Amino acid sequence: METAIRIDNLRVDYGETTVLSGIDAEIKKGEIAVILGSSGCGKSTLLKTITGLIEPRQGHVEVLGYNTATLDEEDQSKLATRLGVMFQYGALLNSLTVGENIALPLEMHTDLPRAQINQIVRLRLDSVSLEGTQDRMPSELSGGMRKRVALARAMALDPEILFCDEPSAGLDPVTAAEIDRLLLTLNRSLGITIVIVTHELLSINRLDGRLIMLNGGQVVFSGTVEEAQRSKHSVVYPFFHPGEASP
Amino acid sequence: MSSIYIEGSTLFLKEALVLANLSEIEKAIRLLFSESPSDRWQVNLDALERLDTAGALFLHQLPDLADQYKSSLSLGPLPEHLKSIFKFATPLPNAVASTPPHLPFLERFGAAIFRLSQRAADFLYLMADLSYFSMQAVWNRRTLRRDAFVDQAYSIGAQALPIIGLILFLIGAVSALQSAAQLRQFGADIFVADLLAIGITTELGPLMTAIMVAGRSGSAIAAEIATMKFSEELDALRTMALDPLRFVAVPKMWAMVATVPLLTILADFIGILGGTVIGVFSMGISPTAFITQIISSLFLKDIVTGLVKSAFFAWIITVIAVYRGINFSGGAVGVGQAITSAVVSSLVGIIVLDLAFNLLFY
Repeated sequence: METAIRIDNLRVDYGETTVLSGIDAEIKKGEIAVILGSSGCGKSTLLKTITGLIEPRQGHVEVLGYNTATLDEEDQSKLATRLGVMFQYGALLNSLTVGENIALPLEMHTDLPRAQINQIVRLRLDSVSLEGTQDRMPSELSGGMRKRVALARAMALDPEILFCDEPSAGLDPVTAAEIDRLLLTLNRSLGITIVIVTHELLSINRLDGRLIMLNGGQVVFSGTVEEAQRSKHSVVYPFFHPGEASP
Repeated sequence: MSSIYIEGSTLFLKEALVLANLSEIEKAIRLLFSESPSDRWQVNLDALERLDTAGALFLHQLPDLADQYKSSLSLGPLPEHLKSIFKFATPLPNAVASTPPHLPFLERFGAAIFRLSQRAADFLYLMADLSYFSMQAVWNRRTLRRDAFVDQAYSIGAQALPIIGLILFLIGAVSALQSAAQLRQFGADIFVADLLAIGITTELGPLMTAIMVAGRSGSAIAAEIATMKFSEELDALRTMALDPLRFVAVPKMWAMVATVPLLTILADFIGILGGTVIGVFSMGISPTAFITQIISSLFLKDIVTGLVKSAFFAWIITVIAVYRGINFSGGAVGVGQAITSAVVSSLVGIIVLDLAFNLLFY
């Protein structure tokens, strides 16, 4: 399988604090990669570094063959259109309607006529079970609906890689399972590479992707869910067997 | 609720030792220690029935309390049902306070200068980028969001007109009254019209309009952008390959630059109207004479200078508001600070620009 994302010796600092150090990882095209770990371990920072929102202090990130640290504006724009990002709290533009939010990347990066854009918006909303909400404002939606709209917007340009930051955090079990099902469908039906940041054990088991576990800003485990469940590692074991004493 | 008494050097605690009676018990024990000195105290807890975490913590600390009165103290056995809570509420070891390393003055001074120069560079870069993107939007109209421009122009211009009109009407009236008080001494009442017309069009109109816009719209821009940053909307735009400056700030810049000069024209007119009302009704000058005097004293250059100034005021207000919004950090408090600093910095920027224009034109 081809490589979608390659991370070499990555280090990220926030001021004087080192958040990530010595991160090496590779994510293949078409796979589901789950970045997991306890709160504050650097998961979201890693995701933001991969998507180019944070500049690393050291090392480099290669996404779809582009070295994100050395991209000029044009290549940055080209790469961004091949990626979709779903933020933890949706990050919908509150001044635009649901439909306008989803249409935004299409309007800005394509020359499609309005009617066609509207069709795509409706299709995207239907795929997240929110058909008919295009004229509503984000403030009128529940947390779960906002996340689903964010997923629809992230999918607007048919990205090759979809990044999701805590897609099911703070949602009721039914909505969380629904979002996981959507992500699995996108991966299996469209072959999209999906990178998910989460610490929800149920989601991790449902998605059954390749795990990259962080602790203290470093990768402490990489492997399948089954391997993680069997692992006796002092960080991995308590995560997958909460409440049980480490062996 | 509780009782405490001593027999010899044994202190008996009965019934309850809980948060509600802790203060009372502590006072009683201190009194006993001071009034009945003993080298060695024994505490009998056999009759203690209830204990909460605060009470347990107090029991743990009793030996230290006795130590303050130069005596020692040992606790007797606790009833079985209270042992677990006593163990649970074991005091934590004192944390060693970590003090930040003390840097020498020169190092701190250098760091402060470095931070300041970095902020100045960031501000200048943003000023250049925003100005460039705004100019670029004139030729590449696709990048300018017309709906956002219209909404902003309506909010900055039309919605601000009533308050700006009221303020300028009052300022025009006050200016006329102040000028009349001086000019009347020389029998030159009619020249109130000249002072009013020139003062309002060249200085007070553009300046007061800009100050009102900075307080009203500059703060709104800073708050909106700071909130967008907080809710990751700006990050979302970046991930969609949309530059937040182009997408969010450019429509605001054009709305400001287009509407503030228009507001200034109206403010000039209303300000002169306010002065005219005073001239006619308070000073008894005929309306025709007053208006003729105003028209004869005004030159196109005065009006144009005021309008050019107001366009630059609009530009600096937007640049500062966007800078403060984008560089916001923290939560609700950070948004408040971004708004305050946007307004204060804008006022300074407006006055500095005004001085520069006055040096240039007069």
